[in-house]
Amino acid sequence: MTTANQTAIAKYKNSFLREVEANVEEGHWVRMCMQCGVCAGSCPLGNAWAHPPQELFMMIRAGKREEVLASDSMWMCTSCYNCIVRCPRKLPITHIMHGLANYAHRLGLAPKGQPTRETATLFWNNLIKKGRVNELTFSLALYFKDGFVQGIKNALNMQAVGLGLVKAKRLNPMEILGGHAVKDQAGFKAMIAKARELEDRKKGFAK
Amino acid sequence: MAKKEYAFYPGCSSQSKASASNYLTSVNAMCDKLDVTITEIPDWNCCGASIGYAEGGELPRLALSARNFALAETHLPGKQMVATCAACWLAQREVKERLDHSEVLLKETNEALAAAGLKYQGTTPIRHMVEVLIEDLGYDALKQPVVKPLEGIKFAGYVGCQTNRPFGIAGESFENPVYLDKLVETIGGEAVPYDQKVTCCGGALAFSEPDKSQKQIRDIVESAYDHGAEMIVTPCPLCQANVEIYQSEINKKQGTQFKMPVLYYSQLMTVAYGGSGKDAGLDGQLIKATKLEEIAKK
Repeated sequence: MTTANQTAIAKYKNSFLREVEANVEEGHWVRMCMQCGVCAGSCPLGNAWAHPPQELFMMIRAGKREEVLASDSMWMCTSCYNCIVRCPRKLPITHIMHGLANYAHRLGLAPKGQPTRETATLFWNNLIKKGRVNELTFSLALYFKDGFVQGIKNALNMQAVGLGLVKAKRLNPMEILGGHAVKDQAGFKAMIAKARELEDRKKGFAK
Repeated sequence: MAKKEYAFYPGCSSQSKASASNYLTSVNAMCDKLDVTITEIPDWNCCGASIGYAEGGELPRLALSARNFALAETHLPGKQMVATCAACWLAQREVKERLDHSEVLLKETNEALAAAGLKYQGTTPIRHMVEVLIEDLGYDALKQPVVKPLEGIKFAGYVGCQTNRPFGIAGESFENPVYLDKLVETIGGEAVPYDQKVTCCGGALAFSEPDKSQKQIRDIVESAYDHGAEMIVTPCPLCQANVEIYQSEINKKQGTQFKMPVLYYSQLMTVAYGGSGKDAGLDGQLIKATKLEEIAKK
């Protein structure tokens, strides 16, 4: 168990709702849910959610901290925003799902090896390295995330697609050498570090 | 003197030799024909896209888009910012909404920006290229440069998610937006009725949950065939990439025989305005848009 997790448990005792309101992006909306379930019925990946959004909201209010944060449900969000525009109470459900996923991830409670969790982490690390996404190194990192052998298999599986994209000038093998980047690397990195520092202090992740 | 000028945020996928480089090629050609000047925002950065949240959290993500606004405000003052990518536009717009409505987040974000010597002022609105076309120019002005109407081609207007929800294009419905169909008709094409026009392609989960996403993509392509479409047209780079690239995977796994070209509205417009196939970035299609190439060659 991480320190941040222990601190949060001690601080919020039996009010997981208060913890979510304080630490999860847009979490202050959770108490507004009226349990109609339109979000669940509107989600393109609805069947893949063990707990659809309205259920997660009720579980938060019922204090089911472990079950919510260890769930892979919110990792099924494709960011299609159907739930947001259809919610009769106008809850920013997409953002709350992202916020819950981020909070669970930062606490170390999100499911290990959850594919969207891994992909999203690789994506973020890729983009902050240079300030712009390097599509080649991102794809390669994805293929090879489960080891070298699996990586070769994945790469071979997608070989035709990759070569097609290279031929169409939509994938550049030379990006392996660095690729696109912002010029003000120092400023960009200082900005991200500062933002992270402020966020960590605010949400209980400061070391 | 150009009619309209904007600060341009191309986004990562539109860079040279990136997955939507043909989008940028066609946008440049289209803007040229429409007398619209787009000036790239110097040193812009990634917006964080739809899956930046997991590791990035809130403030670092706000800082990303705020930096782009600050750069536009500093280097291209007075110009509205325009994005061509759905996710870039949405991220910038979400961040602007957050910062303009929360003094706390604004203060913290500016504290982060100060580390890069920048400041977000909130003076620059963010527009999508589609808004520029239909709101600032209007359908009549978009019709004028047409020299090769796309007669005889049937298009399924695939709007997708992020130019449509949660903000959408003003005056359009979330469930059945019609601007893309109207754009197609404005340049002489036929827009077929299409029941999957706002279905999600899986977005970034195409990478992490391929089977679930490919089910979405199958619906999107199948419905286009069912309604007699010969091509799909979209305003979103991730929709374009997912729906085009994974057709061969779906064919391999499920025995379908999909071969549906997926294009950007800007490619259609470039061809209708007399541009070459190369101007329209048609050489960037994995599934060739033969009928469109033929019109371009005429």
